[in-house]
Amino acid sequence: MQSEALFHTPDTATEPTLVVDRLKAYYTTKAFGIDRDIRAVDDISLSIAKGEIYGVAGESSSGKTTLIKTIVGAIRPPLHVVGGSVRFNFSGQAYDIYDLRPDELQAIRWRHLSYIMQGSMNVLNPVRRIKHSFYDFAYPHMGLDRAAFWDKVRGHLRKLDLDPDVLHSYPHQLSGGMRQRATIALATVCTPEFIVADEPTTALDVIVQRDVLNMLRDIQRDLGSSFLFVTHDMSVHATVSDRVGIVYAGRLVEEADTPTLFRGARHPYTQHLVASLPKIGDTTRRASLAGRPPSLADPPSGCRFHPRCPLAMDICSRQVPVMTSLTPRHRVACFAVTGATS
Amino acid sequence: MSLLLDIDHVGKTFLQGGLLSRRHIEAVKDISLQIEAERPEILSVVGESGSGKSTLAAMVLGQQLPTRGRVLFDGIDIADIRSRADRRAFMAKVQPVLQNPFEAFNPLKRVDRYLFATATNFMTSKGRPTRQEIEARVGRALVEVGLTLAEVRGRFPHELSGGQLQRTAIARALIPDPRLLVADEPVSMVDASLRMSIVNLFGSLRDRLGLSIIYITHDLATAYYISDRIIIMKKGEVVERGNARAVLDNPQHPYSIALKNAVLTPDFA
Repeated sequence: MQSEALFHTPDTATEPTLVVDRLKAYYTTKAFGIDRDIRAVDDISLSIAKGEIYGVAGESSSGKTTLIKTIVGAIRPPLHVVGGSVRFNFSGQAYDIYDLRPDELQAIRWRHLSYIMQGSMNVLNPVRRIKHSFYDFAYPHMGLDRAAFWDKVRGHLRKLDLDPDVLHSYPHQLSGGMRQRATIALATVCTPEFIVADEPTTALDVIVQRDVLNMLRDIQRDLGSSFLFVTHDMSVHATVSDRVGIVYAGRLVEEADTPTLFRGARHPYTQHLVASLPKIGDTTRRASLAGRPPSLADPPSGCRFHPRCPLAMDICSRQVPVMTSLTPRHRVACFAVTGATS
Repeated sequence: MSLLLDIDHVGKTFLQGGLLSRRHIEAVKDISLQIEAERPEILSVVGESGSGKSTLAAMVLGQQLPTRGRVLFDGIDIADIRSRADRRAFMAKVQPVLQNPFEAFNPLKRVDRYLFATATNFMTSKGRPTRQEIEARVGRALVEVGLTLAEVRGRFPHELSGGQLQRTAIARALIPDPRLLVADEPVSMVDASLRMSIVNLFGSLRDRLGLSIIYITHDLATAYYISDRIIIMKKGEVVERGNARAVLDNPQHPYSIALKNAVLTPDFA
C-alpha cells in the first residue's frame, strides 16, 4: 500500500514533454525484386509528461529499440518512418522531430535530449581516456569555455558519487558498474529535459544494478527530466518506472501506472509477464508462454498476440484491437477486456 | 555413496602482467564441493561478477586445470586425463551450456550442423555411425527440449528466436548423454517470458533424465525457484552454502544478506 507514496505525481498540468502519435516505422529491404517490410513499430501512440519515468517493456525483437530510434530521430535506411509524428516540448518550445533540419536536430541532441545506451563498453572509446569522451560528446553543446566546462563535469561527477579521477582512466580500467555510471554521467551532464535509457542495467549484477537504478532515480529527481526507460526486466520497471507501456510485436498492448499494472493488468500478455516473475519466498510453479514471438516480417493477422492467447476469440484473428481507455491512466488493446464484438 | 563430482580443496591462480610487474590473482581459493551420483540435483552458484563463478565452471569442464587441489569426476582426476579417447569419454559426460545463444552459434553456419557434428563426434563407440543413427539421436535430444528436427533443420541462427536457440544449445549438450551440465548464466540474455521456460526445462531434465546441473547465475529469484542447493561466492571463496530455499529465506553471511536485499521485488500487494 505504501508503495504508491514512492511514486511522485508527474506534472500533468503543463504540456507533455513528448507526444508520439500513431507512429509507424518499418525496415524495408529489397532483395531480388521482392520488397519486405519488417513492421518493428506499428501504430504506437503515447505521451510522456514532464518529470515522468515512462517504462517500455517487451520481449527481445518486439521493436523496443526501434521505437527508441524513431523517437530520437536516429533513422538510417533500411529503417523508414511510414507515418505518424514525434513531437517534443522543450522549455515551452515545440519541436517536431521529423520536420527539423539535421543541424537543428543536432542542436537539440544532448542539450535537451540524451540517450543512455545498453553496453557502456560500446559508448566509450576503448583507446581514449574517459575525459575525451566527455569532451567530444558534451563540450560542443554546453557553450562554456574549457575551464568552466571541466568544473561543471567534475561537479557533476561528484554529485553522482563518482571520483572525478575516472576522467583520466581508460574504459577497461573501470569495472562494469563504474563504466555504466560514467556513461550515465556523460548522458546527463548537460541537464537534458528528456533522457532515453535503453537497458541500462542488463549486463550488471544485482548489487551494482541497484546502485545504478538508485542513481538514475536521483538524477531524475534532481533534474526533473522525463525518462523513457526501456528494459525487458519487469522487476526493474517495478522499481523505477512511474508508468509502464507493454510492447508486443511492434504494438503497444497495455499502458498503466506501475502499481496498477502489477496489481490489475488486464491484457493477457501483461498478466502472463507479471505472473511469470519468480520471487524469493514463493515456490509455486511459474508457467511459460506457449508458442514463440511472431515474426515482424509476417505478423499474425488481427491481434498479434492471438495465436498464443488463452482468451483468443473469433474476432481476434480478423480485427486489430485499438487502445481503449479503461480509466484515464489505464489503456489496453484487447477485445476480451473491452468486450467489443464485431 | 559414490560421488559424481568431487571438487576437493580447489584453487586457481592466474598470473597477470609482464616479467617485472607480475601479479598473482587468486580467482578461486580453496573450494570444496560434492555432487552425489545417485541424487541428481540443480546446484546454483551465485555471486557478483569477478567472484570466480566462471573459473570454477571452467575447471569442472576441464578447460582450466586447478593450481591447487583436485577435481574428480566419477572418481577420476580430470588433470590425469591424457589420451584422446579418455578425454572424449569425459567430455561426453560433462557438457557446457553457454551464456549467450546468439554468440554460441556462428551466424554464417546452419544451426543443425553443430548438432550433427556433436553426434558424429560422440557416437563412435560402435564404429562410424550411419546418417539415420545420427538423425535419430539428434531428433531425440531436440524432443527432450521441446523442439523437433523439422523446426531446426537447415536453419541459420537468425531464423530462430532466442529461446529456441538456447533450447537448441541445450539439446546439443544432451546428445552425448551427459551426467552433468554446466550452465554459465544461461538465462541472463533471454527475456522474462522465455527465462522461465528455460529454467523449467532444467527442472524437467533433472527429474526425467536424472541430470545434475550446475547453474551459474546472479539471478537469485530463479535460483530460489529451481535449485536444490546453492553456494554463494565472493572473491573466490564460498561464503554461504546449503539448501537453496533455507539459505535464501534466511541468509546469514553479510554478503548473502546484501545480495538478497539488492534483488528487486515486483511487490505491490
